[in-house]
Parts: sequence; C-alpha cells; structure tokens
Amino acid sequence: MQITKTIKKLVSEGKADRVFGWKKGELGFDTEPALFTEDFDSVVYNSLCGANLCKYMINETKKDGTVLLLLKPCDSRGLQLLTKEHRVRREKIYALGVPCRGKIDVDKISDKGIKGMIDIQENGDTLTVVTLYGEQTVPRQDVLYEKCLSCVGKEHVGCDEVLSPELSEDTTVNDRFAGVTALEEKNPEARFAFWRSQLSKCIRCNACRNVCPACSCVKCIFDNPSSGMDSKANADDFEENLYHIIRSFHVCGRCTDCGECSRVCPEKIPLHLLNRKYIKDIHKLYGDGDEAALLTFTKDDAEPSVVYERGEGHA
Amino acid sequence: MQRIGVFVCHCGSNIAAAVDVKQVAETLKNEPNVVFAADYPYMCSENGQQLIRNAIKENQLTGVVVCSCSPRMHEATFRKTAEESGLNPYMVEIANIREQCSWIHKDRMTATAKAVVLGRAAIAKVRLNAPLTAGESPVVKRALVIGGGIAGIQTALDIAEAGYPVDIVEKKPTIGGKMAQLDKTFPTLDCAACILTPKMVEAAQHENITLYTYSEIEEVKGYVGNFRVKIRKKARYVHEDLCSGCGVCTQKCPSRKGGNEFNLSLDKRGAIYIPFAQAIPNVPVIDTEQCLKFKTGKCGLCQMNCAAKAIDFSQQDEIVEQEYGAIVAATGFNPISLDKFGEFGYQTYPDVVTSLEFERILNAAGPTKGHLERPSDGKPPKTLVFVQCVGSRDTSGRGKEYCSKICCMYTAKHAMLVREKYPDTEVYVFYIDVRTPGKNFDEFYRRAVEQYGVHYIKGMVGKVYDDGAGHLMVRASDLLANEQLTISADMVILAAATEPDKTARSLATMLTASMDTNDFFTEAHPKLRPVESPTAGVFLSGFCQGPKDIPETVSQAGAAAVKVIGLLSKNKLKSNPCVARSDSLVCSGCSNCEKVCPFGAITYTEAEVNDGTGKEIRRIAVVNEAVCHGCGACTVACPSGAMDLKGFSSNQIFAEVDAICR
Repeated sequence: MQITKTIKKLVSEGKADRVFGWKKGELGFDTEPALFTEDFDSVVYNSLCGANLCKYMINETKKDGTVLLLLKPCDSRGLQLLTKEHRVRREKIYALGVPCRGKIDVDKISDKGIKGMIDIQENGDTLTVVTLYGEQTVPRQDVLYEKCLSCVGKEHVGCDEVLSPELSEDTTVNDRFAGVTALEEKNPEARFAFWRSQLSKCIRCNACRNVCPACSCVKCIFDNPSSGMDSKANADDFEENLYHIIRSFHVCGRCTDCGECSRVCPEKIPLHLLNRKYIKDIHKLYGDGDEAALLTFTKDDAEPSVVYERGEGHA
Repeated sequence: MQRIGVFVCHCGSNIAAAVDVKQVAETLKNEPNVVFAADYPYMCSENGQQLIRNAIKENQLTGVVVCSCSPRMHEATFRKTAEESGLNPYMVEIANIREQCSWIHKDRMTATAKAVVLGRAAIAKVRLNAPLTAGESPVVKRALVIGGGIAGIQTALDIAEAGYPVDIVEKKPTIGGKMAQLDKTFPTLDCAACILTPKMVEAAQHENITLYTYSEIEEVKGYVGNFRVKIRKKARYVHEDLCSGCGVCTQKCPSRKGGNEFNLSLDKRGAIYIPFAQAIPNVPVIDTEQCLKFKTGKCGLCQMNCAAKAIDFSQQDEIVEQEYGAIVAATGFNPISLDKFGEFGYQTYPDVVTSLEFERILNAAGPTKGHLERPSDGKPPKTLVFVQCVGSRDTSGRGKEYCSKICCMYTAKHAMLVREKYPDTEVYVFYIDVRTPGKNFDEFYRRAVEQYGVHYIKGMVGKVYDDGAGHLMVRASDLLANEQLTISADMVILAAATEPDKTARSLATMLTASMDTNDFFTEAHPKLRPVESPTAGVFLSGFCQGPKDIPETVSQAGAAAVKVIGLLSKNKLKSNPCVARSDSLVCSGCSNCEKVCPFGAITYTEAEVNDGTGKEIRRIAVVNEAVCHGCGACTVACPSGAMDLKGFSSNQIFAEVDAICR
C-alpha cells in the first residue's frame, strides 16, 4: 500500500517517530484510531476510516517527539482549528493528507436489512458485503455518511504533505444547507417539536463533545461543578436539549462542519443541523471567509444597531 | 453568611405613584439573607443616606440593595454612603425600579410585582458579591486634539493656557478648517480670517501646543489617562524645518491643473502649493497626483529653485508615537454631496453653486478676488436665487433628517452681502422655515428682509433648468400665495446639508466612542454631559457632536477644554475594579478572548498549572487590569468559562436571571 510505504519513508527520514492512524477494528472489517510506534504494516486506510483523528493530537503533542498524523480533507480543517487555538503543538506533528472519496456508514448497510456482516470489499462504486449468509452488493453512494454526501470540500488545508490528492473525489450530492433550509421553512412550533423529539433521544454519553475538534477545552463547563452549568442542564426534563443548545453555541463560529458529532451519536441525532444553521447565518451576515466571524472584529462589521427581528432575514 | 439590607426609595412620587413601595420593602424582607428592609421618600437625601448608614451599623449588614433610580444616577452616591459605614462600596447593588419600572408601567399591581422581582434579582446578585478594591493609574499630563478647525484650535488654546501640553492633529496641510474658508461671519459680519488667523498664529506660537498638520491618527490604544496614539505624518516632500515659506516653488511649478481645494476647485493651483496665504504652517505640500516629477520622473523645477534646499522627493510618511491623558475629537463637518439632487442642476450648470463655494466667490482671496462673477462667463449676476434646506430636514432618504442649523443664518448673510455691494440685484430666498434663534440672530434676518429687500419665499424649488437662451429657470412653489413661480436667474446658490467629516467614523471606532445614526459623536448625557463622550477620557468639541455655528462651537470647545483640564489636573485616577480575571485552572489558552478584546488587555503566558491531575506547562490568558475596561466580551467568547468579570461574574448574572424567573 502506498500509504504504508510513505509512512515508512517519512519515519526513516526522521520526519516523525510514531504514527497516528487507523487499525483494524474488533469486527474485522471496521477500523479504529490507533497509535503505531512500529509495525507500520498494520496501519489501515480504507473507506471505513471515518473517524477524525485530529483531536488526539492535544494529548499526543504533549509528549516528546513528532507524530505523523493521517488526515482526510475534512479532518485537516479540524487540525487547523486546533492549531489556531493553540490546543496542539503543531511543530510536533507531521500532517500527512490522505485522499478521500467518502466514507462508509456501516449502519446504513445494516439499515438495508443486511445482517451478519463479516467483511466489506470495495470494487469501484460497488461494495460487496460478505455476510454469514452469503454475499450482497450495495452501491457505494447509498451507504456514505451524511457528512460525505454534503462534503465541505476535498481540498486538504495546512498539511505538510498530501498524498495522491488526485484520488480524492467529490461525493457531494446534497446542498450542504438543504436540511437547514427545510427546517427554516417549518413554523416555530413544528421546529420546536422536531428538535424536542430529536434532542430528547440524547443519553448524554458526551460522544459528540469528546469527538468535536472545537470542543477542546481543558475543562468543559459540563464537567465543572463551579460553572453552574452541569446542574443547570439537569434542572428539568429539557436537560439534553439545553446541553446541545449550549454546546452548539460554544462551537458556533468555530465549527469546521466535519460532521463527527452526528457520525458518533449512538442515537442518530442530526446534530450537524444545529451547527450548519449557525454556519449558514454567519455566511449570510459576515461572509464565508476563513476567520472565525464571531471572534474577529473589523471596522466594516455589521453594526449592533442592525437588529434582526425573529424570522426576518432567515426566510 | 451575608446580611443584606434593602432600601426602597419613593423618589417623591416618581416611584411611589406607580409602585407600592411599602409592599416592596415588606416582601423583600422575606428573601433569604435579608435582615433589614425599609422605605424612604428620598433615599439619596442626607436623611435617607443616614438611614442606610445606621442600618449598616445596627444590623451588621454585609450587603446593601437600594431599590431606586438607575445606577447611572446614584450608584456612586450609595457606594460612598456604604463606604462611610465601613462597608466595601462594591457590596452595594442598585435595583432600578424607576426608569425600568415606575416610569414605564401604569398599573400599580404589575409595577409593584415587577419592582419586587427587580429587587429580588439585586439581592440574588449581592449574595454572591465579593469586596473589590479599586486600583490606581497615573495620568499622562498631555492632551490630544483631533482636528485643527476653530473647535480644535480653541480647545487646544484653552488647555495650553492652563499649562498642559497639547498636540493638534490636522489631516489637511494647514490648520484653520472650514472657518478659514468663510468670508464674513454672522451676525456681526466681521471677516472670518480677521478673527480666525490671530488664533491660528497663537496656536502655532504657543509653547504648549505642537501642531501635526497633514497628519492622521493611525492607532489609538490604552484608556483614560493613558492613551497611546500613533500619528501618521504624511510626507509633504518639503522639510518643515528647512522651508522658509518664500513660496517661490509654488510659482515655478509648471503643473497648473490641480483643483484648488481651498477654493473648492473653482480655480487651479500648482502641484506644490500652500493652501492659502495665512496657512499655518506656511509650508508647501506636493500633490503627487499632479506633480510631474512623481508622474514622469522629469521636472524638479521646485527643487532647483528652492534656496533653502527644503524639497525632498524621497520623503516618507513618518509615524509618531505619543502618550496622552485625554483626547478631544474636533473633526468637524462637510457639506453633503449633491449627487442625489439632480433637480437643482448642480452637476449640469456651472452657475449653480453651493453656499460654501459662494463664500469663496465673495471672498477677496477667492477665485474672483471678491468680485461677484458667475462661474460660467464671469459676468456679474443680476438675479440670484438662494435655496435653503437642500438635503436638510429631508425625509426622502436622499439627504439628512436633521436641520443643519447654520444655513438660515448664512443664507441671510449672503443675501445681505450681495444686496449691500450690488444694489442693482434681485435676491430670492426659498425656505421651508426660517429658523434664527440666538442672540441678535432674528434681528439679523429681519434686516435682510426689511432693510435689504431680500425676497423671502416660503416654498421649495422643484427644478432648475436651462431655457435654451442661457438663462437658469428656477421653478418653485410659493406656499403662502399658493402658486407656482418660475424665476429667470443668473445664479442659484444651494444651502447643502451638512454631515460629519467622513473620517469621524473610523476615528470613533479607534476611540471606542459611540456615534449616532448620522455619524455624530454621542455625548455622555445630552443635557448634563454634552462635551464628554461615554468613553472615559474622550471629549467632544464642535460640529462633530452636532450642527453648530461658530459662537456655539467656540463655547463648546472651551467647555471640552475645561473637562480635559479637570482630568489632567489629577495625579491618579481610580480604576474600575470590575475587570476580567482568567482562571488558570480552566483556561485552555485558545486565544478567543484575546481576539475579541477591543482594548488589547489580554496576553498569554506559558505557566505551570496543577489542576490536581499533575503539573503541566500550559498556555494561559493573563488580563492587564489597568487596560481592561470590564466590557465582558471575553467572558462570553470563552467557551470554558475561565474568563469571568469581577463584580459581574457569570454566576451572579445567572443568579439574577434565576431570581427573575423564580
């Protein structure tokens, strides 16, 4: 595999002394994030490597030496954010961009009624799913993650080296903001009912927070008794809703739309819709520049005297 | 355990008429930690304050809540009252039950209920208050005046006379501003230059005044008493210290195409020029867009002819850094652009001019040497039509909604001057209203009508057009006669609306001074603090605060100077202890607070932190308390809640909200 070759070459050149990538998961065909100090042949990179690895760098770069980090295009934006916010020591990372043509959501395969999976083989645009009961083929496009169907872009940002960028494919089929627009078109009651039903599924496992590259606080307010927030969120049966609303505000203007929150949610809450609503509004009010609009200030900024009435300017 | 006293003020009938103050006091007495509650007709009176002092001592109060008017009125009073009884002044909270309650509610039941809720919120906050101590900061005894017109000159002179050094920064090559361009001044008709130029000279010669002409403000940092300002001295290409002001260069310059700004481009000037004869400093400046040396690399005639060797084509902009204790904005005004007022034909017909252009035409140093000649053919006009309110009091959205205030008087002046010198003319003035309040103002206007026979017609001009035979036809309505008029005129003079100088907005941003929707600087209080900006240490002088004539401008300039002198006479300023604080155990060092801080008060340091999980070197935020204004922007930008505001902590705000929602 070309990635393995490149890794070995970079390590032998002294660019890094260890590798953060993916390894084979417990199910045999899935993958999970892993740190390799040797045995680079066991680094796995395929269409099941959905996990964004950049956040592991917070702890990884506290250690000595340099870590070689594998990054998909959407993950590279997360690393950029962590770098900008001084949460990682960028000089201790060798960021290697790896090509991406969309990642596969195993749950979507299960949803097709396919049981007893033991392997997934990729042949171009078709997947062959090997199960205990035989083989089935599935069109690849049918089982991509939501985040891949509305991909932010296949360009890597801020990497030290990008491997075979020509192999990256734009898998976008959806308008990124279509889901938000659909919600905006509902009346407030229907919208409220939608979010209440979605957010009430939350089991507060904190996976969305833990995976989010923007949720990188040393001490999260939801873990800090003196913030008054942990108990605040528990104050009524709307607890989970408050948790998600507060969290989305905290990442507002910083979210890179990597889609990890929705990907890891065991309850399949479409959390990315909250973030994209902010992104859509920020683009509208402040343009879609690189800078975190809510944290930067220019003399030409919209003046606070411009008051947007509820509903106005959002239609 | 806090022991809180609640003091409910009647404010005469201001509060008591709408709020049952006795019931408020009784209800609040049952709140947790409240050990004393009373009401009194005027809590701010000496007797009311004594009531508070006694209660603090007798009940060993640790916190005080005063339910009264806005904290902007009497917070300082009650803090002092508490301090006199040995209580930390920051243990006092005000519940505003006047502006935010009694004044806006009619129903006694609901107003009383709301007053109780507001009191509860203040009690909830004071329960979490901690004693705070104000620090001190020194005062730099130097003032900066931005703008070198009559407002800036007068303010600077008054400050300088009190013994403090002042710098005037003027973006044009000379001080003098708009007043220097005027011919005569109402209501006395004395010559503007005759009364202004002595002041310009005085400013230039004053040992305490430094002039930075052809200079702009680049950056303002710091806070009251300690501003740090960068001034960009634009390259004149003439060394001020070498130039003798002989003016030979201005005569030798072969490029004569540049519009003479001082005469509003009614005539031309050289590429190297001195704006006008009495300019200060009397040093030329090179207009690089007109200069042949800059355009083609050839020429340099001025340099060859300069005996003082003052001309230097390689001169660069220079940045001067200076510290100030106080800053005065005196940025002045301009007439608005008349691009949107095509009906008056200003863009089409050379004989349609603005009032400021007409000032130059009347002026002996102007393009016509003071002879009344119309721009198109130089002939003396016989019929002149003045149009007032061109863009002022405008509701069409093309102009300004406000009254420019000076136009009625200067139009009367122009009409009078024309009739005085040229009795064979006919002069018409179209007006919406004639507004001439002020000492000797109405008498002045009546002289124009009664003594000089100026035809004042109430009504607006609808259209100015050419009749094809070289006459300007002015079509207008006479509202009093209820008829349409068409006047054949030789010249039309438009009293264009005024607007604050365009640089005022970016300056306001640098100064963090607020502006209204018309870009006039906002005063700290429209009646009681008219020359102070709400930003401490920033003062307002002249037209930049609102339309003003010369007498008013000079009065306000003096008033601003007094406020500056009052500030500079202090050796130390008490700083606000309600500033931000970063919790090093929680801070992630993400820099979000630094980005939103408008004052540059936040820096980062690598510090050893032990949060119980082991020692670690972390990047953490540090607040410079002297620079922090306590605006709180950082506290909301901080996702982890590491940033908090002393005296207004997040928990205190939440407690207030909880108390209100309870």
